[in-house]
Amino acid sequence: MRRPGRDDTPDRLYTLTGGRSRADSDAFDLVTLVVSEFEPTPGMQSEHTAILRMCRRPTAVVEIAAELGLPVSIVKILLSDLLATGRITARHPQTSRQPARLPDPTVLEQVLVGLRNL
Amino acid sequence: MASATSDTTDPTGAAPATGLPGPAAAPAPAAGPPSDRTPLLSTASNALKVVVVGGFGVGKTTLVRSVSEIRPLNTEETMTQAGQHVDDNSAVLAKSATTVAFDFGRISLNEETVLYLFGAPGQERFWFLWDRLFAGTLGAVVLVDTRRLADSWYAIDRLEQHGTPFIVARNDFGGPRYTHQEIRDALDLLPHVPLVDCDARSREDGKAVLIALVRHLHRLVTGQVH
Ligand SMILES: Nc1nc2c(ncn2[C@@H]2O[C@H](COP(=O)(O)OP(=O)(O)O)[C@@H](O)[C@H]2O)c(=O)[nH]1
Ligand SMILES: [Mg+2]
Repeated sequence: MRRPGRDDTPDRLYTLTGGRSRADSDAFDLVTLVVSEFEPTPGMQSEHTAILRMCRRPTAVVEIAAELGLPVSIVKILLSDLLATGRITARHPQTSRQPARLPDPTVLEQVLVGLRNL
Repeated sequence: MASATSDTTDPTGAAPATGLPGPAAAPAPAAGPPSDRTPLLSTASNALKVVVVGGFGVGKTTLVRSVSEIRPLNTEETMTQAGQHVDDNSAVLAKSATTVAFDFGRISLNEETVLYLFGAPGQERFWFLWDRLFAGTLGAVVLVDTRRLADSWYAIDRLEQHGTPFIVARNDFGGPRYTHQEIRDALDLLPHVPLVDCDARSREDGKAVLIALVRHLHRLVTGQVH
């Protein structure tokens, strides 16, 4: 694996995303788990193919970004395309994105049990 | 592309994955390309975030590696648009791309729940991306090296302003032994904020740090903090 971003000139990123910006991509969190619903088809953009292969098992957005060596925001745009065409589904984190809201105590208790069992 | 951080990891120098035994470590489907990735369980549905924040070289990546079931991965986020929230000093950067690098690992806690751990540099220039990256984070661990306590002041300020719950962990580099009270005073910590000691290289210590954070969060949520 190469270090992320080494040859990511703005031009290349522009080409990858067809020049679109973050329109629908805010739907994805860094840790939204992405699952493929279809196998890649011939002629598909290579990044889309790679994502569909990787996400045969649930894979977090940030892991896709690390594996592809692309910035997170670019990966989110690629994912919005795949979501819009039904090729992937997304399992969003159940925690609130509101900064002032604290997590549910039962979630924290589950986390504690999990950590203690490590 | 402007790079706004120097906190990068050399992926080739990282230790091999210490994948947990059991279903989480099952091989990738045979049809897939060769990969050393350890996939999540197919039942994984809820991912949580914890951020480890601190100055350069304080042991963030080491801590993540100690507890993660995968070798820490490195990635980056890029801010390319003008008109986002930036401070005056970075107004010029806002017109081009600004990039911050961070690394992460993960722990599968049960069949549905996965905890992602992010190592994030504490410097000022990182913070304009905090909301984008870490909205919804459970809480933070501020990792400190007592030889360079001032490196963590800025991060603590921002976490307090932001209302993100945190604990402080002293990573023991064998420097002078300050008392907890001396460290609390130097960091101006509120009395309810836990301060713990760790060796970031130790898996048991890494676990204990995370447990201390989650217990703190639990006390906050259930109103047991005075
Ligand atoms: N002696 C000692 N060295 C440590 C400890 N934690 C990390 N290190 C070393 O400190 C260096 C910087 O750690 P790293 O995790 O890369 O720091 P980061 O920049 O915060 O991610 C590495 O060489 C680590 O092996 C510790 O608890 N004790
Ligand atoms: Mg590091």
